[in-house]
Amino acid sequence: MTSIPTPGAKRLGLVIDLDTCVGCHACAVNCKEWNTSGHAAPLTDFNPYQDHPDGVWLNRVHTYEAGTGPNSRTVHFPRSCLHCEDPPCVTVCPTGASYKRAEDGIVLVNAEICIGCKLCSWACPYGAREFDQDQGVMRKCTLCIDRIYNENLPKQERVPACVATCPARARHFGDLGDPDSAVSQLVAERGGFDLMPEMGCKPVNKYLPPRRRAMAAPPVEAPRAASGAGASVLRWIDRVLSR
Amino acid sequence: MIPDFSVILLTTASGVGYGMLAWLGVLNALRLLPSSPWFGVAAILFALALSTIGLLASTLHLGHPERAWRSVSQWRSSWLSREGIMALVTYLPALGFAAAWWFAGAATGAAVVLGLLAAVCALGTVACQAMIYITLKPIRQWCNRLVMPNLLVLALFTGAAWLAAAVTLDDPGGSRLVATIAALFGVAAGAAKLAYWRQIDAAPPVATIESATGLGALGHVRMLESPHTEENYLLREMGYTIARKHASRLRTIALAVGFIAPVLLLLVGIALRAAVDRILLPLAALAAVLGIYVERWLFFAEATHTVTLYYGRRDERVT
Repeated sequence: MTSIPTPGAKRLGLVIDLDTCVGCHACAVNCKEWNTSGHAAPLTDFNPYQDHPDGVWLNRVHTYEAGTGPNSRTVHFPRSCLHCEDPPCVTVCPTGASYKRAEDGIVLVNAEICIGCKLCSWACPYGAREFDQDQGVMRKCTLCIDRIYNENLPKQERVPACVATCPARARHFGDLGDPDSAVSQLVAERGGFDLMPEMGCKPVNKYLPPRRRAMAAPPVEAPRAASGAGASVLRWIDRVLSR
Repeated sequence: MIPDFSVILLTTASGVGYGMLAWLGVLNALRLLPSSPWFGVAAILFALALSTIGLLASTLHLGHPERAWRSVSQWRSSWLSREGIMALVTYLPALGFAAAWWFAGAATGAAVVLGLLAAVCALGTVACQAMIYITLKPIRQWCNRLVMPNLLVLALFTGAAWLAAAVTLDDPGGSRLVATIAALFGVAAGAAKLAYWRQIDAAPPVATIESATGLGALGHVRMLESPHTEENYLLREMGYTIARKHASRLRTIALAVGFIAPVLLLLVGIALRAAVDRILLPLAALAAVLGIYVERWLFFAEATHTVTLYYGRRDERVT
């Protein structure tokens, strides 16, 4: 059913720390690795080892420069499905293939009944959905539903592939509907924010802002005008060496 | 947004078909159309054929056309689903209208009631189609209050132009009234289109790269590195850009071919009467549909999507 279910208490999602993300793309690669054989499989690739490679990825890492001048920051920015509380990608679906689970808030696609009309990818402001040209259906992040509830995995591995692999611990997984959970505490403490709140989708995933620098970048010194006998010797050496 | 051939054909052809069906129902109820059974049935079936071509064309862009039947299930939430249902429902009164016209006569109560029902369903289908676009918030050129009046008045204009051509083929000289209606709606449609273009040129973007990344507190944001070196689905589908000078040239073409030429041809046809009607009115109908095709192509090509902000593109057309 593409109507949004009455929201449950549980809202599983990710918290992404833009301060510690180093932009290594490991989350994107491990996502691809796990999901090309998991619930959302296959994530088709065309020409993966030739000119013009093309394919479905559920996670993409952008790099931005924020601010100008000596205090500008380089920010690595992983972008994936935000499992919104009010997902427009779900309500536009004409078949019921795109749905939000009442029990944990995860937004999924049922590839068995998806007709591949692409309307959900138009409705998502964040570009979270990518069309599988080969299979003719829409793909998206499943929050690794086949890991987080997988009793065949050791308990500490029951987190999304992107979280498990992040070497900088910039990605956190948990229940954002529970104000006492570790992720909710982290969001409260660090001032976690929503992406494009003006779209009214109420994303569950939160992003943590880059921390303020403890030390301001030192101003670039102006070259001093040289004078005196030492300076004329240096100028002479410079002239000789410049010949 | 990518101007996909099948979707453009859908909205253009079904717009003409449903517009024509609406006029057939309304004008027959007012007894302003030829009453011959041949004319009625041929015109209704022609209008239905056009909208059917549109609907079938739209299934071409699906990843799984064989599953298209599933798309009528989510009428509670999805405008695409509602459009599909309205399109299917329209066949019932429309075919009943044709049958009543053929067997009982155009002026009978059955034909009048079924005709009016078909008209309501036809315009309802176009309205559902408009709602699909209007509810897409990330695309400001579609999530726009002028889209609904535009699609409706354009469907009524092209429908009237084709009906005028149909009437003149049945009864030369008998099409003055329908041709006058078509000319009036042509002027209204042109004005609606100009208002829409003015609006989308003046409206501010709905989001910025700063709000998309949430990094605005640090200052101006620009993309340093894209996540991938090649175009992906998102950029192909939603990152389609059209140069400003090409867009303005195409707008002029759409306006000249789709609105000005048909209105002039209709006016000359009305003035000169029977002799040249049979050439001028079909020409007007053809010009209208060609112009509307260009107009609909632009409706897609000029639409911008917020996902492109993540790729460092500003919401403006390339100069």
